[in-house]
Amino acid sequence: MDRRAFLKTSLVAGGAAVTGREARAQEEAHPEEFVGILVDTTRCIGCRSCEVACGETWGLHVPDPVNDGALEHERTTSDNQYMIVNRYDTDAGEVFVKKQCMHCHQPACAAACPTEAMKKHPNGPITWDGDKCIGCRFCMVSCPFDIPKFEYGDWNPELKKCTMCFDRLKEGEQPACVAACPTDTLMFGTQVQNLSIARHRIARHPDQYVPHIYGDREVGGTGYIYLSAVPFEQLGFRMDLGRTPYPEYTREFLYAVPAILFGVPAFLLALNAMTGAARGDPESDFGWEPEFGEDE
Amino acid sequence: MSQLATVNPGIGQIFRFLIQELKPRGPIFTPFNIITGAIMLVGAYVLVIRFIYGLGSVTNLSQEFPWGLWLGFDVVTGVALAGGAYVITYTVYVMRVDQYHSIVRVTVLNSLLAYMFYGSALIFDIGRPWHALNPFIGNNFGYSSVLFLICWHFMIYMVATAIEFSPVVAEYLNLQKARKFLVKLTLGTVILGITLSMLHQSGLGALFLMAKPKIHPLWWSEFIPLLFFVSSIYAGLAMIIFEGSLSHRIFGDLIPEKSHHAFEGIVFGLAKGAAITMFVYYFFKALLFIHGQHWEHLSDGWGAWFLFEVIGFVLIPAFMFAFGYKNRSIVIIRIAAVLALLGVILNRLNVSVITFKWYLPDHYYPSWQEIVVTLAVISAEIWVFRWIVKRMPVFKPAH
Repeated sequence: MDRRAFLKTSLVAGGAAVTGREARAQEEAHPEEFVGILVDTTRCIGCRSCEVACGETWGLHVPDPVNDGALEHERTTSDNQYMIVNRYDTDAGEVFVKKQCMHCHQPACAAACPTEAMKKHPNGPITWDGDKCIGCRFCMVSCPFDIPKFEYGDWNPELKKCTMCFDRLKEGEQPACVAACPTDTLMFGTQVQNLSIARHRIARHPDQYVPHIYGDREVGGTGYIYLSAVPFEQLGFRMDLGRTPYPEYTREFLYAVPAILFGVPAFLLALNAMTGAARGDPESDFGWEPEFGEDE
Repeated sequence: MSQLATVNPGIGQIFRFLIQELKPRGPIFTPFNIITGAIMLVGAYVLVIRFIYGLGSVTNLSQEFPWGLWLGFDVVTGVALAGGAYVITYTVYVMRVDQYHSIVRVTVLNSLLAYMFYGSALIFDIGRPWHALNPFIGNNFGYSSVLFLICWHFMIYMVATAIEFSPVVAEYLNLQKARKFLVKLTLGTVILGITLSMLHQSGLGALFLMAKPKIHPLWWSEFIPLLFFVSSIYAGLAMIIFEGSLSHRIFGDLIPEKSHHAFEGIVFGLAKGAAITMFVYYFFKALLFIHGQHWEHLSDGWGAWFLFEVIGFVLIPAFMFAFGYKNRSIVIIRIAAVLALLGVILNRLNVSVITFKWYLPDHYYPSWQEIVVTLAVISAEIWVFRWIVKRMPVFKPAH
């Protein structure tokens, strides 16, 4: 083996050692593809059947869409409603927008959780596990969409958020809101399917849609994606969240942890040994203790 | 009791010793005791309500503002102010600078108590405290979570600090052999403590990295962890000056004459250290400000609030520390220490609570119950501190 080949081999071997975990992760790949939901806001008629279905499925607040006048003001999800529909007055007239957990591909809530109570499943949905949760609410602080909701009025509070009907998906059913939608505003499918349908609609009807799929790139991509006839800022979406997946913001800090955890003690032990030797302390190691006070 | 003593004199003795030591020394009904006692009683009552009816019954926390005074002040700020221990133990044990040795014990004790009381105040704030051990046990390790790291560090740091302080307890109980052994652990625990402090002081800042869109851009930066670490150095130094000045007044009779005089010299050294750290911190802040092109943010009230914090409570006390050191003015140094402490409190609260969701019309402010519990935690810490320094050789060597 000549020197060049040797160097090359060792570099590759070294690289594999460093990135081994990542390579393995890629090999395993996702057995299932992420599923998600496409929301085409141009189709929504604001009937709020989805809200009713969600409330009924999860034993939460079941609204009365005809009489409760809830569209009069902008609402947020709550500890009693995993999803809501808001009405916005836009350049294209009234537009109704369903809001719920976005099921981010790389979720801030799960990265924040100290006990893995917030969990991103391999097929996409993010769920909450009450046996693990300590109730620190770090997920609420971190979520860019302010989705997890906490039961402040309960001695044993839970964190409430949309699960994309994780239990129904296991049974092979669609999420309750999607099943209830009479206008095909909501479409359930794999992320790849949903994105190609969304792109197709924009390409076919450039006059009906703005050329932007909200959730395609936002915060690194989300399970819910949205189509709209008007710019998304008119629909109460935050446009300043960026494209960086939120866990990236703490990743650099966490990478620094082992460096400090081992680098600093090594450095300090060396400093201590050197000062001890320089001062000629009789016992220049762990037993060193200066005289205290020296009074009396 | 006497029978128990005859059967097992060891236990009986220990029991009698405990009873005798638990008795307060000095007058009981002082104004300080009456006020803090009342605060603690009301605080305990508030906590009972909190555990029966939920966090919402006593706090102003909401879906929009999940973290308030208990986390922002008790935990995030309280731990920053306890940074003195790692700075002083570094100086004394790693660098072997004897001159600061007389303040090691009291500083370590303060830090230990701060973590025990303020760090542990997390228990009141988390919604499901009966799961509090989950980050430590079972298959629940959230390795990617900054809070997971902090939980572990708080726990290990408390153990390390307790070992650092343990020789004092051994002296108090007259256990010479134990003391000899515990002293041998000091350097190891000190180095562990310094390392953990660097990580969790900055980690408390890293808690807010993912809250990027919610914290005012003048306060959010990807360098919050470093800013928190650097400011915890001078926060700790200022706290030693502040607490030391109070202790020397209140517990003057417990402090040997020699340490009393030495303390002035120590204060000057600490002031110089604080001045330098604060200038570095200020420079760092200015760099981030210019680099982030934040000029347009200065035009409104938040801009003024930012300048108020950074100039009024960082730059000015930095100059005062430097001036006080140069002109040997202990009064100016003490004022600078108070300003620097207020600055750190202001900074931590700005990041964690005050500028959080600055764009919302209705903002969180603490309820009276949250304030009372915070004061109760501080009162309880002072009571325990007083109990210990009146019994154990914290200010002076064992007899």
